[in-house]
Amino acid sequence: MTEMILGDQILNVRGLHKSFEDREILRGVDIEVYRGQIVALIGSSGSGKSTLLRCINLIEQVSDGQIFLNDRDITDPEVNQDVIRRQIGLVFQSFNLFAHLTILQNITLALREVQKLSAAEANRIGLSLLERIGLADKGSSYPDKISGGQQQRTAIMRAVALNPDLLLLDEVTSALDPELVGEVLDLIRELKAQGTSIVMATHELSFARDVADWVVFLDGGLVVEEGPAKEFFANPTHPRTKEFLTRLKAV
Amino acid sequence: MANDKTRVVELSEIELNRRVFRIRQQRKSTLLAVISTLVFAGVVLAGLIFSPGWDRVQSSFFNFDTALKAWPTILTGLLLNLRVLFFASVGVLFFGLVLALLRTLKAPIFTPIRLLVHGYVDLFRGIPLIIVLYLVGFGIPGLRLPWLGRVPAEVLGTAALILTYSAYVAEVFRAGIEAVHPSQRLAARSLGLTYAQTMRHVVLPQALRKVAPPLMNDFVSLQKDVGLISVLGAVDAVRAAQIQVATFANFTPYVVAGVLFVLLAIPTVRLTDWFSARLAKREQAGALL
Repeated sequence: MTEMILGDQILNVRGLHKSFEDREILRGVDIEVYRGQIVALIGSSGSGKSTLLRCINLIEQVSDGQIFLNDRDITDPEVNQDVIRRQIGLVFQSFNLFAHLTILQNITLALREVQKLSAAEANRIGLSLLERIGLADKGSSYPDKISGGQQQRTAIMRAVALNPDLLLLDEVTSALDPELVGEVLDLIRELKAQGTSIVMATHELSFARDVADWVVFLDGGLVVEEGPAKEFFANPTHPRTKEFLTRLKAV
Repeated sequence: MANDKTRVVELSEIELNRRVFRIRQQRKSTLLAVISTLVFAGVVLAGLIFSPGWDRVQSSFFNFDTALKAWPTILTGLLLNLRVLFFASVGVLFFGLVLALLRTLKAPIFTPIRLLVHGYVDLFRGIPLIIVLYLVGFGIPGLRLPWLGRVPAEVLGTAALILTYSAYVAEVFRAGIEAVHPSQRLAARSLGLTYAQTMRHVVLPQALRKVAPPLMNDFVSLQKDVGLISVLGAVDAVRAAQIQVATFANFTPYVVAGVLFVLLAIPTVRLTDWFSARLAKREQAGALL
């Protein structure tokens, strides 16, 4: 085992269960995320990656188990869920930008409404974020008018603008052309360099190997295998992991 | 594997406590709702009963004996309302849809038709229904068209309702058609579907789902506006109530008619709620928010 120097624990998921009616999606998942880490969730479609992320962001109500954010149990029904969600950013596979707002307004909406910043202050932050992703000149465009990669980078900045403790990325490159995937992955790399803690569900295995600190393989709603990224891909031990990796390599 | 589904999932104590807490919260808010409703109803009732003229209002508007004597005739009148309602709503749906489709035609050659529909919709949304009723109900018989003969008041009333409501419903349909995302049209046209096929198989089904709630709203509105045909002399529930009011020198029959109209509307309103909820469940990803 490689010894890692671990910072504070940001997220600790304990025995998480989630069922929809009689379909059990998560069957007892444990995950830990430390400050500044990128944890990659891999696994085939339907393995529960998205459901896990949605549970962490409290968009879905968990069926059992606990989620601790900064040592606080956020599944306690007495916590204010809106306040918790402000500390966790979620970016969706299909961007989900607000179609009726400009790129800049998409980013500044929560700054103005949630953080109660003045319009001028929100715009200043929004523009500096757009500058970082090279879209400063697109601020007044509407989402439909820019490329998928630009939309997804905007969506990530919309989440980052609130300075969340934890950023959840739900297959953020799956809906993009291969040539646009690179620009989004570069942005994630940059976020990591700045110390953002990230949990990402992804199919980009080489990216996970290069950038993630920890890889978790989900299968049938359970963590089948996990480990430091390099070791995980070099020496998968569980037969299901091997099968999954070879299948993806063959493609 | 077989008894996997019937397996009882053992819940942790934490989850059980969470459930207990949520149920308790639920009960608290239900109790609060009941209390606030009772208080509100009490205040309103007290305001009524302690007003100085309550005795006289009670005897002339809420007279039980009069209600008992009047309601069978009013109910018979309501049957006419129901008949008018049926034909009017079928007519309104048909003409409303045709108007909306004509108005959304894009080709330049249809410009005159589009303008005509535009004018029609503007005109009939602007005129008060009661004036349309007078114009149609008294104007058309006044023309003494030999081929028309004598048309019953309820038929003329239905025609007037259709004229007015089609204009409203056409706008609802149009809004629905225009709210379908352009990407849906593009996808359909890219498959080689014609404009009409795209409308029929892709745009309209989605548009109808979007506008079902406002349409039902217009339907409820129509349900009570059928009572206005009484101004043409058709003996519907309102007219029947009017006759009873004159007979008994008491306003209670109007209240009875009102109650019957409300009872008529409730199933429609509930149906609308149920229908919208079902659509939302089927087409949108479920989540807490």
